[in-house]
Amino acid sequence: MSAGGDVRRGDEPTEELPQENLPREWTVSGIVSTLVPLLLALSILQMVSGTVLESFEEQLLSYPSLLVLVPVMIGTAGNLGSIMCARLSTQLHLGTLEFSPTNPDIRANVGAVIGLAATVFVMLGFAAWGIGNVLGGNLGLGTLLVITIVSGMLLAVWVVLVSTVSVYLSYRFGYDPDDTTIPIVTNVCDITGVLILFGVVTVVL
Amino acid sequence: MLGHDSAIDVYRQALPVILVSLVAGLFSGTLLGTETMREGIESVPGILLLLPAFLATRGGVYGSLGARLSSGLHQGLIDPHFEWNDRLRNAIVASFCNGMIVSVFIAVLSWGVSLVLGREANLLELLVVLIVAALLSAFAMLGVLLTVIFKGYRRGLDPDNVIGPVVTTVGDVFGVAFLLIGIWVAGVVL
Repeated sequence: MSAGGDVRRGDEPTEELPQENLPREWTVSGIVSTLVPLLLALSILQMVSGTVLESFEEQLLSYPSLLVLVPVMIGTAGNLGSIMCARLSTQLHLGTLEFSPTNPDIRANVGAVIGLAATVFVMLGFAAWGIGNVLGGNLGLGTLLVITIVSGMLLAVWVVLVSTVSVYLSYRFGYDPDDTTIPIVTNVCDITGVLILFGVVTVVL
Repeated sequence: MLGHDSAIDVYRQALPVILVSLVAGLFSGTLLGTETMREGIESVPGILLLLPAFLATRGGVYGSLGARLSSGLHQGLIDPHFEWNDRLRNAIVASFCNGMIVSVFIAVLSWGVSLVLGREANLLELLVVLIVAALLSAFAMLGVLLTVIFKGYRRGLDPDNVIGPVVTTVGDVFGVAFLLIGIWVAGVVL
């Protein structure tokens, strides 16, 4: 267990010796005061997707295969977004990033995200159908595939947009994208992921 | 390693982890779909309401820790060997505080939203569930994340490509399970 018991209440800044002109410091108070307000705001937003889940509670409890979809939808959207953000922000730190659609780095990231989404969401359709059968769900394979592929691809495009814009804005406003973008992207994609998923579910079922 | 990976490179680097996280997500989805968890969802009002916020918070807290460490490694600010220096300790302590503060907030928030929506919810019950789940998560996430980043980096794996998936994978596998444990603890204590 790495969160040692010797940690102090981490709200006061810890004195760090200035090392060879570091671009930035890592202090507990600095990190906490950057992230907590953001996470609190995003948690409030998350209540939107929570409310959506609650309002579909009956359907979710009667079709377990839909419940199976929820964590994967949320997780994969966040994964794709965080890969994209982490790569973009490291390139930003290294000074090799320029925001333009012709930038090969950005293109590579976008291509990879779309490809990964296509791979994952097709598999998800089959898996959710299989698991749902075991748990006693009775949605058809076709229905589930339509749900996962349509919502998955919509989500992928959305993830690309949100990631790029949030890295760019974070940089413009002078925040470190490492602190800001992943929480923003994972949260935004969760909320929209759940909204997109249940939008598609509502249309299909 | 960085700079000019093609789409295929990024795809290939990320695919294994994404697939692992798909499996983990399915695992947690299956856990959600089990009889026990569905009973838990029904017996503790507000669980579905806080589920997305809870899962996402861990992603945000530990994902940003991972991204920070990864940039730090790339910049040469931290050594790819685990050693207790101020910089690393601050990053870890801060993420632990973040996780706890936000989890408590989520419990209160869910309770508030439930009240506003005219549903019943028990504040103390939600607090116990989330504090238990957040504590267990912190230990699991920090352990796995640090191991993966340092070991992976030493073996030439770019942490940028794996942090998110690793965080959500571990989060998925344990998150729902920890919520269940939290529900159980709340049931015993209250």
